[in-house]
Amino acid sequence: MSLEKTYPKEVKQILAKYPPEHKRSAVMPLLYLAQREEGYITKAAMQDIAQMLDITETEVASIVGFYSLYHDEKAGKYRMQVCTDLPCALRGADEFLNNLCGNLGIKVGETTPDGLITVEAVMCLASCDKAPMFQTQGPDGIKYHDLMTIDRTMELVDALKQANKEEK
Amino acid sequence: MAYVLLRHRDIPDINKIDVYKKNGGFAALKKAVTKMQPVEVTNVVKDSGLRGRGGAGFPTGMKWSFIDNKNWPHYVVANADESEPGTFKDREIMESNPFQFLEGLALASYAVSANAAYIYLRGEFWQLASFLDEKIAEMEKAGYLGDNLFGTEYSLKIYTHLGAGAYICGEETALLESIEGKRGQPRVRPPFPPSYGLYGKPTIINNVETFTNVPMILANGADWYKAMGTMDSAGIKVFSLSGRVRKPGNYELPFGTTFRQLIYEHAGGVQEGRPIKAIMPAGASSSLIVVDDKVLDTPMDYASVRTLGADLGSASVIVLDDTVDIDWVINKTIKFFKHESCGKCTPCREGNYWMKNLTGRIHSGKGSSEDVDLLLNVAKQMQGKCLCALGEFSTMAVVTGIERFPQDFKKVVKA
Repeated sequence: MSLEKTYPKEVKQILAKYPPEHKRSAVMPLLYLAQREEGYITKAAMQDIAQMLDITETEVASIVGFYSLYHDEKAGKYRMQVCTDLPCALRGADEFLNNLCGNLGIKVGETTPDGLITVEAVMCLASCDKAPMFQTQGPDGIKYHDLMTIDRTMELVDALKQANKEEK
Repeated sequence: MAYVLLRHRDIPDINKIDVYKKNGGFAALKKAVTKMQPVEVTNVVKDSGLRGRGGAGFPTGMKWSFIDNKNWPHYVVANADESEPGTFKDREIMESNPFQFLEGLALASYAVSANAAYIYLRGEFWQLASFLDEKIAEMEKAGYLGDNLFGTEYSLKIYTHLGAGAYICGEETALLESIEGKRGQPRVRPPFPPSYGLYGKPTIINNVETFTNVPMILANGADWYKAMGTMDSAGIKVFSLSGRVRKPGNYELPFGTTFRQLIYEHAGGVQEGRPIKAIMPAGASSSLIVVDDKVLDTPMDYASVRTLGADLGSASVIVLDDTVDIDWVINKTIKFFKHESCGKCTPCREGNYWMKNLTGRIHSGKGSSEDVDLLLNVAKQMQGKCLCALGEFSTMAVVTGIERFPQDFKKVVKA
């Protein structure tokens, strides 16, 4: 694959943000682009980005490994990332996560059998006054879901299922 | 009193460029670029007493005056990485009052003669980044950004850059590494960013809230700003209040407001009317304060909070009621720091790993009193041995938790 061929406009926009002699700066936005379709970054994509920016594949892989929003393994189409840090936990985030897993019939880190949702416990998302809350990371980027209940969350799950069916 | 930063609460559509303009928007930028020398802008900010809102409280104007004028080009970077557990103010500012923040960033750029500024947003602020991109484009179209602003020689471009989930990138030199396309690991300082910053060039980095103060200071003058707050901490602050309170949220108040006023008058008190056991005034990085009447009546400013054995930091106030066990609290905070340690300094990388095992064991009831001693020992050994504040701050809740709430640990360890 080649990002320049698949997303010529986006790649150009990204590279224009940084001084030409510092194009390595584009590695993070390019990785988001590479992750868009499959939800994770393939080896081939890392090679492609390394070549584009004149850095080694290892350097690209070290970025993927360091930052928690880049993934090198396939998971559900949507990652439901629940914050369970102190302020959220003081407002019921741990119970929320347990109930959510119970309702979906999976454990934290697992994916629903239809491949749609992976539940993850993540670190603070800067929404401490709106707990319980989570973000969904999927093909359309990252979205916040504040002040959530299990009922509202299961409605969201149904909506995602429906949208997924229609796409297919 | 009218809002200074959270002005969208007074003026609902202030995130629209026409509404912002109608309410005095961009007048300060125009005045600065067309009628003031860059150094004059810095001097007004210096006189206002504005201190950095990211946590360290360093005088903003003084920081700007440190820019190295022998080395070019200059950069300005907005730290929008907001990742401290308990902090959620910058998100509200950028979502609801974006132009005031962007105008402040532009004013800072003019003050240090930078022609490019970057906004480093945490990766989770994905939607917010595209929103800001739209707002930047609107400013360019209206002539408030781009080439030859207001017909002068001065040009400025603002770009957004998304992080990807790493608390450490809120540390300014790790943030710069991240923009450069590297892992977010802090640099050895000195040199400091005003002499060696982004791409090795002189760079000013400030928090979103800091920049958002600047247009109002330029518009109303340093004396107007200084009249609010206290001698030590001028002006107003957005306090992020979370935990066991009835109305958690952001509260814009003058420095010097007491904990009691914030929690009881503004946020409706504690859930179920319970007593407060402890306060963490600076998020997960905070020392734990044992709460009594004297503490509740302490003014929230940098100097006063220090007398309580804690720091105000970014003023992310977490309230713990009497049902919360401190061994559980430090188990939570250490889980966070263990995950977020960047791994560069051994004391932080290994220390947090040890502390996570120990706090986990103690909290689960399988620990001994020796484990508590060992935990305190590990925490104290880490102090003063790390390149950045993450390592240092990770120990704060542990040390003060064990020392100030010994009964909580006695209760859970095996006899």
